[in-house]
Amino acid sequence: MHIKVGIVVFPGSNCDRDVYHVFKNILKVDTELIWHKRDDLRGFDAIILPGGFAYADRLRAGVIAAHSPVMQEVKRLAKDGLPILGICNGFQVLVESELLPGAFMRNDTLRFICRWVSLRVNVDSKRSPFTRLLSNDQILNIPIANQEGKYYVDDDTLNLMHKNRQIVLTYTNNPNGSLQSIACICNEQGNVMGIMPHPERASDPMLNPLNYGNDGLLIFKSLLAYLGCDHHA
Amino acid sequence: MVKHIVNVLIENKPYISDPEGDTILKDLVIKGGYTNVKSIRVAKMLKLEVEANDPKEAEEIVKRLCDDLRLYNPVLSVCKVSVVQG
Repeated sequence: MHIKVGIVVFPGSNCDRDVYHVFKNILKVDTELIWHKRDDLRGFDAIILPGGFAYADRLRAGVIAAHSPVMQEVKRLAKDGLPILGICNGFQVLVESELLPGAFMRNDTLRFICRWVSLRVNVDSKRSPFTRLLSNDQILNIPIANQEGKYYVDDDTLNLMHKNRQIVLTYTNNPNGSLQSIACICNEQGNVMGIMPHPERASDPMLNPLNYGNDGLLIFKSLLAYLGCDHHA
Repeated sequence: MVKHIVNVLIENKPYISDPEGDTILKDLVIKGGYTNVKSIRVAKMLKLEVEANDPKEAEEIVKRLCDDLRLYNPVLSVCKVSVVQG
């Protein structure tokens, strides 16, 4: 089955080509970079919002990008159930677009943190298109790179998120003060997921000299499994 | 239409931790001897020049844009709008 993945590029995105490399060269999937001014995304089977500093994080990380023309279309596709993954700054854009609940604040340390962290899976494989190859309680090693990575949400919403099993990954050793060590969440339907760590930086052995594994690839391969392209995985 | 200056103060809700404010308090203000100061909260302020017929209209325009365009994230912050000149 032929599938096509789209990667949105905002002014200031800087992990777009890393994600492109993983889909195109490692997973051999038809992949296209999408400039943020485009407002018609027909023909894509999944959309990735990559990391970086869209609009230089001005005002607040993700808020200006959330008003881009492409985001109106992403919102429509999200409602239709298309798999949407926001990575790091992409997660911040999803939160500011209200496709995912909560908000991001500056890290407790007030510093940019860039290092490998370990994460616990808190959902079963069926929860989201991006979790098909994960299992509950599994530990993943994936790097983070963020300054506004501290996740916050109000108590009522948090309770709902627990009830709906929306907390996908938690840090085993909270690096930035995120509420309940939250690192990755999905919407109620499961098709929209935001992940603060960078799976694309844990997907190519050449970029992973310390042999931490290629756990990030499991997230992307999950999507392919969901879309019926198991032969890639 | 007259030009009005409208201030938008974006503050985190009182129960949200503020490590920057805490550091300014503990490591600058109190260490500097100003022990009367008991708390510091860091906020963001935007100063807007707005053309409107009167101050009330200027305030309404700015209040609406703060909500419409999410100038503040309502999960974290509150937003106070005040016309300072016009």
